[in-house]
Amino acid sequence: MARLPLPVADLAREFGPHLNREPAGGWHATGDPDRIVPTHCCFCGQQCGIQLKVKDERIVGFEPWEAFPFNRGKLCPKGVKRYMQDEHPDRLLTPLMRDETRGFVPIDWESALDRTAREIQRIQGAYGRDALAVLTGASLTNEKAYLMGKFARVAARTANIDYNGRLCMVSAAAASKKILGIDRSANPWSDIPKASVVLVAGANIAECAPITTDYLWQARENGAKLIVLDPRMTPIARTADLFIPVRSGGDIGVFYGMLHVMIQRGWINREFIDAHTTGWDALQAIVERYTPEHAASIARVPASMIVRAAEMWGPAETSFLLHARGIEHHSKGVENCMAAINLVVATGRIGREGCGYAMITGQGNGQGAREQGQKCDQLPGARDLENPAHREHIAGVWGVDESTIPHTGLSAVPLLEAIHDGRIKGLLLLCFNPVVSLPDGDFIREALSRLEFFAVIDFFMSETARYADLVLPGSLMEEDEGTTTNVEGRVIRHRQVVKPPAGAREDWRIICDLAARLGAGDKFPYQSAQEIFEELRVASKGGVADYAGITWDRIDRELGVFWPCPSIDHPGTPRLYEGWRFGHPDGKAHFQPADWRPAAEEPDADFPIVLTTGRVVSQYLSGTQTRRIGALVDQYPQPRCEIHPRLAASLGITDGDFVRVESRRGAVVVRAQVVKTIRPDTVFLPYHWPLDRSANNCTIRAIDPISKIPEFKICAVRVSKAEEPTGEIAGLEPEAGGIR
Amino acid sequence: MSELAFFIDYSRCIGCQACVQACGECDTHRGRSLIHLETIERRDSVQTAPQVCMHCEDPICAQVCPADAIKQTPDGVVQSSLKPRCIGCSNCVLACPFGVPKYESDPDQMMKCDMCYDRTSTGRRPMCATVCPSGALAFTSIEDIMRTRQGRAINEWRFGDQPVRTKVHVLVPTEITHVDVGLIPLSSLRRGSPPADPYDVAALLEDR
Repeated sequence: MARLPLPVADLAREFGPHLNREPAGGWHATGDPDRIVPTHCCFCGQQCGIQLKVKDERIVGFEPWEAFPFNRGKLCPKGVKRYMQDEHPDRLLTPLMRDETRGFVPIDWESALDRTAREIQRIQGAYGRDALAVLTGASLTNEKAYLMGKFARVAARTANIDYNGRLCMVSAAAASKKILGIDRSANPWSDIPKASVVLVAGANIAECAPITTDYLWQARENGAKLIVLDPRMTPIARTADLFIPVRSGGDIGVFYGMLHVMIQRGWINREFIDAHTTGWDALQAIVERYTPEHAASIARVPASMIVRAAEMWGPAETSFLLHARGIEHHSKGVENCMAAINLVVATGRIGREGCGYAMITGQGNGQGAREQGQKCDQLPGARDLENPAHREHIAGVWGVDESTIPHTGLSAVPLLEAIHDGRIKGLLLLCFNPVVSLPDGDFIREALSRLEFFAVIDFFMSETARYADLVLPGSLMEEDEGTTTNVEGRVIRHRQVVKPPAGAREDWRIICDLAARLGAGDKFPYQSAQEIFEELRVASKGGVADYAGITWDRIDRELGVFWPCPSIDHPGTPRLYEGWRFGHPDGKAHFQPADWRPAAEEPDADFPIVLTTGRVVSQYLSGTQTRRIGALVDQYPQPRCEIHPRLAASLGITDGDFVRVESRRGAVVVRAQVVKTIRPDTVFLPYHWPLDRSANNCTIRAIDPISKIPEFKICAVRVSKAEEPTGEIAGLEPEAGGIR
Repeated sequence: MSELAFFIDYSRCIGCQACVQACGECDTHRGRSLIHLETIERRDSVQTAPQVCMHCEDPICAQVCPADAIKQTPDGVVQSSLKPRCIGCSNCVLACPFGVPKYESDPDQMMKCDMCYDRTSTGRRPMCATVCPSGALAFTSIEDIMRTRQGRAINEWRFGDQPVRTKVHVLVPTEITHVDVGLIPLSSLRRGSPPADPYDVAALLEDR
């Protein structure tokens, strides 16, 4: 097990997570706010508009922003309480240096930055440039995502930069790109209520994208039928016209089974397929084998459900597909998504009003942060790192020789594996909490403990930052400014509501200061985040994700602009593929045949139960932010294992019992929540908690061969009744990883 | 357009608690949430239902208040108890057919949803109905509701023999004109076939 400078309980006592329950100044502060600033929530890819109230340069509350068109004032509990992370007692206000006896001790900024640069140079001098890795996040603004990619390639000149969007959107992105040619939701959300049938695959919309609920319900008010695929009866599934409780990893069975029936009954658009697609025959040859019975044996649901789904989806005039991590977090995540998108393309119901499809991005800037060049294989504008023309263009923007830009590096999971086996010795990390969020938690913690040098930029001491040699206090979203790109592809603007507190700095300033110390100051001369955006516009020009015509002023005036937007006079592109012009050079959509295959680890005699993982509505990602907000922790204080009464009874488990969920890699002990709303062959754990409560202790380090996304949604476990846990970790507060 | 009114559509609720969290953020509530979110029976279903004060036209809570502490505004909003009058007897808590008022030991009085009077009286919408992401709670015009929703908005109830009209409307299937809450003898529940279990995933998986 990995080394921490002090016992966990000591670190938790000093750095939290502690809970903030009151706004700055308390509930009974009087007087009107000095200003109310319209900006956006940072807690998911929908990026809802919200207004923050400021009094005496402190954020003291929120007011709904009803004028913003996406959410019209609507918010989920995370949005309502997000401001409670401001003025938080855990806020880091000085750089901290690891000390073997005292844990972490403050040091001044100059020393911290000097030491970071010195260590980067030492490691790269001794082991080669790629021995330094940079890990970043998809909750960063576009400006910061762009900056991190440029920092890695131009200042650190390492190939090894990747981001935690690798755990989120990459399967959907790859599938969309392969079939349709562009990695973006095809339609604005305003198309959802215009569809006559909506298929939601692997998306717990009520908890992970709550605002989308109203779009779904509005479609149903207009007469739409709703089909939901999920191993759990989620709040969306509860009243769906057809709920298909597919076994995790069996989704292709449903999609191909549906397509099989649709071909038989003439519910595909042959004319469209002939004129606007390639690859149909190869796909059809595979789908022919997916009779409803065969499909049902893969999906593990009654064949009649698959036939009924085809009958609802097939003959519809208009339709909308929504998918999310439930089908994407698999070692066949890309294939799952492609099989779903086939249903859209085979009917030609795309590129017009009420017809299309969308992937539901999970992280704050899940869409934008994957376009600006912080993926290990990508350059800004969603350009390809290995495409000579793309490299030349970006080299020109950056003012560097093309040959100095590193080639493709390691994606997040192999990158951690390279740290584990000693090929990578140094790590700079921003906006990522891998000890909670990556699979096979023990392995990840061990890897981090083997680093020679590890620096973290964060505003709170995340569970990952505890392993760092240096922690540099960065900025909250509302303390910096910049753009993000929401779930629809709408570029929006976060405003700087207040300045970072004394001692903390805007992330981009920290990166620019580090770049200067690495001898690349002339390439990082920015005086503002807006200057970075202006360079990003030029870098993205002519790329797939073209922001050239988007300015901060336009975003303010138009309440967001959809990319691609190649010029100032271009209106932006809310709906892709109009006129059936797809993103590939031939203008066609490309069907991608792929047969179903099992998960990396299927249940067996020793580990007979499927574990699937996901979110709860009151928590966001690894919880670094939301496990510090009292009201959100109260709503769902600690992870519970959802288990069907039949399975629970066979294991002698009753509601509220402590249970041990154990895989070949690790275990958690949590309380059982016995519910009929889950398949009896499956248990569910939410993943927001650390240490002995981390669902990712159990998950498997298997990744999709194309997208490199980890298989969070299925692994094999056994479940048993357990004694009440005792000891140091169990005694922590639940938000810190304890249990009650 | 007519004045704005409060509508509840229980079938839309997803249990996210945005309403619960936002209620406490209202400038007059200041950290105290007064809306109820009922979890019907988590073991059996994810169904939930939000309950704001229905603001009865002739409020039962006020009728039973021995201290005359519960007042109605001219526009029909039933307020929390008046602090100087409330004796904390909880008659209102017991009498309300919707289970809305709560006795709060600190500050020793009955408190309840006042439809965010500080907001609604100044042209803003109540916190819960503004943020609700599912549209289960809505503060809008009846025309808007009729244009965008199926079903019918009703505000007439019958609890046993007691008719009640409320300021808040609920959305129900079109064929329903009022909600009749009769008394159900317990013995009738114990006899007969067990209720269907539409939310048991195991049952759904058995081929039909």
